[in-house]
Parts: sequence; structure tokens; C-alpha cells
Amino acid sequence: MAQPNATPASELRPAASFSSVANARDRAVALFQEAAKVLQHPRCVNCHPRGDRPMQTDQMRPHEPMVVRGADGHGAPGLTCTTCHGNANYETARVPGDLHWHLAPASMAWEGMSVGQICEQLKDPKRNGNRTLAAVIDHASNDSLVKWGWNPGGGRTPAPGTNAEFGELLRAWADAGAHCPAG
Amino acid sequence: MTFQLSVNGRSHAVDVDPSTPLLWVLRDTIGLTGTKFGCGIAQCGACTVFLDGKPLRSCALPVSAVGSQSVITIEGLSGREAEAVQRAWVARDVPQCGYCQSGQVMSAVALLTEVKKPSDRDIDLAMTGNICRCATYVRIRAAIHDAAKSLEG
Repeated sequence: MAQPNATPASELRPAASFSSVANARDRAVALFQEAAKVLQHPRCVNCHPRGDRPMQTDQMRPHEPMVVRGADGHGAPGLTCTTCHGNANYETARVPGDLHWHLAPASMAWEGMSVGQICEQLKDPKRNGNRTLAAVIDHASNDSLVKWGWNPGGGRTPAPGTNAEFGELLRAWADAGAHCPAG
Repeated sequence: MTFQLSVNGRSHAVDVDPSTPLLWVLRDTIGLTGTKFGCGIAQCGACTVFLDGKPLRSCALPVSAVGSQSVITIEGLSGREAEAVQRAWVARDVPQCGYCQSGQVMSAVALLTEVKKPSDRDIDLAMTGNICRCATYVRIRAAIHDAAKSLEG
């Protein structure tokens, strides 16, 4: 039976609705778990793989053609991301695009990780690109490739909710102490 | 809408829909048919050209996104790496039906421009996006090694 406060997988519960959780730690954990619906969505995990090859589709199949992370996250010499991906989605060829289409660094792999593990990783400057928590939230709220997750084109399922709601959840999580779910 | 394109060092004014793939402008409007259509969805590599010196699947870029960047097609390919690849391709008799080969050559030249002495893995990673229905992959890899060797010193 559905929980009274449960939201469909395609939506995000507003950050303000968590204010009823009095305990800050519990509130932070609940906020992050809601935000993790985005973090663990195929639109996001597909380019946060645990290996060197990105994935694609909602089924998270290995990327075709076979491409790899390369030295800088932009592919191998001779077959970089920009060989196929332009600055914007191109519906004629059904190829998605962005101004800086690339793979997340290996240290930011989310594939196969628990919500708690992703949470700890996001806070760890050694793994998050030496970002402060504020910089992480800014990245999640304003980076064009992150925003692409809600405008994927080509009939792809967008990430849940909106980018603004996602950013609000992370801001509220940080304000509540940025505590992480266990495990 | 009219676009001014630099293709193989020449300027071309083309009047086409902005969403037209660069591939079709090259082939149908400008008449450079060396670049091939294979899949239209950036899966086969037959349409590979250079955009500002970097390999690009021309089926996957609208002409409106080209701007002032220079396009080089198989007809305009030149330079040491291109000549070495051409010699190696002839010596190894690489093509069978030949349909994919302009894309294969473009990718091979792109690789050798960046990696002077590629390993088998370097070659596989660069060329994996260029499909050959005749399965000339073994000759392609050997010819790239030959071309790299001929460029040494």
C-alpha cells in the first residue's frame, strides 16, 4: 500500500514538505533519499558508470558504439564524445547533446552504489572534484549537463521532478546538516 | 536559410533548412559524395568528416551548428598522416566493398594525428565506431600500424 506522502517515481516531493520532520538528522536523511531518486535515475547514472564505459537507455545498456572514459572523461583519441554529441540534442539523428558532454570522473561513479554511499561520496572533496558542499549544490542546480537530465530529448525518460526541485532538496539537506542515510 | 560553409578550404553558400544534417548538405547540396550515409544516427561512422580538425559524424550535426568551423571531407584530406594512411591502405588492399572506407580513413588519420605510435587497443578504441560489413578490421588495424611506422623519424 502506498505511503501517504509517497510521490510517483517521476516526481519529487517538495523540500518544504519535509519541514514536518522535527529531528534535523532524520530530515536530512529523508531529503537526501528523495534527491537520490534523481541521482539513481538512468539519465544520471548512465554517465556515472563504475567502469570506463557509459551506459544508455532506461535499461542502462552499455553505450553503443563502444566508447570509453579516456584520460579526461571526454573519450579516447580518435573517438571522443564530440565525435557524435554536439552542443544540443539533435532529434533528426536522435543523438543527445550538451555544451560539455562527457563522463563523470571515475571517483564519482554511482552505478551500483547505495544512496548512503553516493551521499558520502558527494561530500568527499577527494572524490567530488574538490568541491565544497555549496559547490556541489551549485553544480547540481546550474550545470548544463546536469540540467540536460530533465531535457533529454529523443523520447528519453527525464529525471524525476524538476532541476529546481532537485536543487531545493539538496539545499535543504545541507541546511539540515547534510547527514547521510546509513549503508 | 543561407549558411556560409568552409569545406575543404573553399567557401560554399548553401540555402537549406537549418536542421539538415551536415552530411546531406555535403552530399546533396555541395556534391561531395565521398562521405557516405550509413545509419543516420551516429552508429556506423561512414559519414565521418573533420570539423576544425576533429573527427565528427556528419549525420549527427545540423548544418546550423557548423558556423565558421572548417569542414574537411575525404576529398580534401591531406597531410603526412593522410598520405601515410593512403599508402598503407593501398599496400594492404584494405577495402572490400569500400562503402565504409572513407569513414575508416578519416578516423585512422584522426588517430594518427593524435597518437603517433598507437597500440592495438588505441586503434580499437578509435576505430570501434566505424563499422565494416565486410569485416576488414584486421587489415585496417594492420594498415594503421604500417602507416604509423612509415611516419617514424
